[in-house]
Amino acid sequence: MSKEEFCSMISVSEPGPGDGGNTGSWRVVRPVIDLEKCIPAKTGKPSCFNCWLYCPDAVVTKTLPPTIDYTYCKGCGICAEECPAGAITMVDEASFTKEEK
Amino acid sequence: MDNDKKTTVLTLTDEEIVNPGNRACSGCGLGIVYRTALKALGKDTVLAVPPSCLTVLQGLYPVASTKLPCVNVTFASTAAAATGVRAALRATGRDHLNVVAFAGDGGTGDIGIQALSGACERGEDIIYICYDNEAYMNTGVQRSGTTPKGVMTTTTPIKGKLQHKKDVPSIIAAHGIDYVATASAAYPLDLYDKVKKAASMKGGTRYIHVHTPCPSGWGFAPQYTVHIGKLGVTTGLFDLYEIVKGEFSLTGESAKRVGKERTPVEEYFKTQRRFRSLSQELTDEMQGMIDAKWANYTA
Amino acid sequence: MHVIESGNVAAATGVKLARVQVIAAYPITPQTPLTEKLSEFVESDELSAEYIPVESEHSAMAVCIASSTTGARSFTATSANGLLYMNEQLHWAAGARLPIVMCVANRGVGAPWTVWNDHQDTVSQRDLGWIQLYCSDHQQIHDTVLKAFKLAETVSIPVMVCYDGYLLSHTYMPFDVPEQAQVDAFLPPFKPTHFLNPEEPRNFNTVTLPDVRPDLHGNTAPGYMEIRKTLHSDLRAALTEIEKIDGEFGEAFGRGGDPFVEPYRCEDADYVAFCMGSLSYQLRDVVDAMREEGTKIGVIGLKVYRPFPDAAVRDALTAHKGVIVFEKALSYGNQGALYADVKSALYSAETRPFVHNYIVGLGGREIKTHHLYDALTESIKNEAAIGDEPQWVGLKL
Repeated sequence: MSKEEFCSMISVSEPGPGDGGNTGSWRVVRPVIDLEKCIPAKTGKPSCFNCWLYCPDAVVTKTLPPTIDYTYCKGCGICAEECPAGAITMVDEASFTKEEK
Repeated sequence: MDNDKKTTVLTLTDEEIVNPGNRACSGCGLGIVYRTALKALGKDTVLAVPPSCLTVLQGLYPVASTKLPCVNVTFASTAAAATGVRAALRATGRDHLNVVAFAGDGGTGDIGIQALSGACERGEDIIYICYDNEAYMNTGVQRSGTTPKGVMTTTTPIKGKLQHKKDVPSIIAAHGIDYVATASAAYPLDLYDKVKKAASMKGGTRYIHVHTPCPSGWGFAPQYTVHIGKLGVTTGLFDLYEIVKGEFSLTGESAKRVGKERTPVEEYFKTQRRFRSLSQELTDEMQGMIDAKWANYTA
Repeated sequence: MHVIESGNVAAATGVKLARVQVIAAYPITPQTPLTEKLSEFVESDELSAEYIPVESEHSAMAVCIASSTTGARSFTATSANGLLYMNEQLHWAAGARLPIVMCVANRGVGAPWTVWNDHQDTVSQRDLGWIQLYCSDHQQIHDTVLKAFKLAETVSIPVMVCYDGYLLSHTYMPFDVPEQAQVDAFLPPFKPTHFLNPEEPRNFNTVTLPDVRPDLHGNTAPGYMEIRKTLHSDLRAALTEIEKIDGEFGEAFGRGGDPFVEPYRCEDADYVAFCMGSLSYQLRDVVDAMREEGTKIGVIGLKVYRPFPDAAVRDALTAHKGVIVFEKALSYGNQGALYADVKSALYSAETRPFVHNYIVGLGGREIKTHHLYDALTESIKNEAAIGDEPQWVGLKL
């Protein structure tokens, strides 16, 4: 056997997204950003971004306006809790239609 | 650290090294700690990780959530494994890379302390980051050496833990290593700057101990991870500091609190179900310990 | 170059010539002079390697696991309780398929404390997924270390080089040391397929599920059981590589042959004594004496214990009337582990010799030549009366 034929199976993982699957399906409440209240969205200037800073899952963007990747957002609500402008509301997932999901 | 330029939310890199969709619980404090620390370390980094919640966060074979080379190692061996990575990088001409051990409080202060003490004594060229969620969370919330007194865990189910929290960063500092710091998941920018500073002090052992709230283990709703982490600091229970070549200084929010009023620690205890059986007597005892500790801090 | 040195120095000299890159070791009797010699080689710049004076054997193997995963040729050495303190790490190194080489100066295990020789330490570690090679003299120790690196790196499986504590580790014998250039031609630099590398970031030894699972490219990635089965089948396939490497070594250095078993006066033998380590050379004296008395007897030293070379063992033993297995270890509550392996290998043979089991030299109990003589004589005489129960040699109470 050649050197390459030996050791053909080992547990060596490649980086990729969503090993936990689409973790957005864990969510029972959804963070929704009110762009009228969101400081960077409202002022059009990069500022605040607490939602991006504190997100444990890196699903919020540091953009104007900030966006949330609902495919992976687990709905923890830290962004809503830490938003100084009260711009993020946690909305019951049941209130969204299938398309919206 | 006051002399250094501090990172702000606007200057913090938006490069993400940890992918979303990982298996950490909703609102996981480690998620914030890991994501922020890896931003500071950058891609020229090799990780050594023992079994812990981080193993789960990193994902199951064949997919990993982290875009860094990482060796998973046995529970007690993290610091020795990091030592081995560094030795091999020197031997193969790749010594410029960061070597980072990333472990929980059990893997650091309990089962892993022998290897860590050995590495610190030898002055190994590694960064060791301990995320302290104050119990064995990955196995279902059993007591650890860093679980605070009075806390209900699954192995202290009736009386709560009878002993005080082990002061791991002080034990590590007693080795006389170049850099020891504490940080909190609730203050990611302070953490980021400390990891950056540690990375810049190549050559010796650097240790960062990070207070890491855990919604499921501590008994609070996941949106309060940052809120509770902040209370841990503003009550003076968990202090943000660094010890640079033996020089101690408070940093960030803790530095701002010197000589000022602190939130009563009871406010912190009230937010978490793990403290549900805390007596008034023990609450007073803990407040007394915090007050005595802070009496020694000067501006 | 011909030198007269201890077995530990024979090992250290092999490690140096192998241009090992990372050494981590914790001193334990009787391995200690090996680690002392290696630290001397490194401090005097005779060997360009990282020497990590770790705080425990558990950490010694942790360093080797990590340095090997990072792509450096890695070595450690230990004995007895040190080996056992490594236990979970040894399983880890095999499962992670790391070509670490480790010398073990064999010693009995506590309790009660003993520092003297037997084989209980390594024999108790036979199910790790490591390759275990046993040596009978200093030249074999030196040569086996060189072959071990080549073997380990060919099959991606860690290799233990075992030699008797004190009897070999601390005695002085002549052996030949080859030129560095000869060794370099035999043993190329270590080039792993996968290693820790930011340019191709990979997560090693990740939690692996019971079932198979698709990877990012739509292929089916193995589950734990497939990975473990591959370790086993690669160990079995390693037998061929052991033979091949032994042949290559013989061509390069003019020594070797008999990769699995080392027979002495066995051609026409009715009876064969069977064992591992230096005991086989001591048994040669007994064989000579018994031959003079007219008993047709020989001795075989087993050089590869894991993977167990059952075909070679079967071929070597079936033609004889009786096989007497001498062991410095025991699977407590059953029989000698080697004895069980020998019997298992013979089960499929058309003609089977009787097989007896003698336990000798535990915790360094002196093995007198006349004890071995008596045991062999008794075994041959009482063929039918001796069953599976191990017979104890040299007991005084």
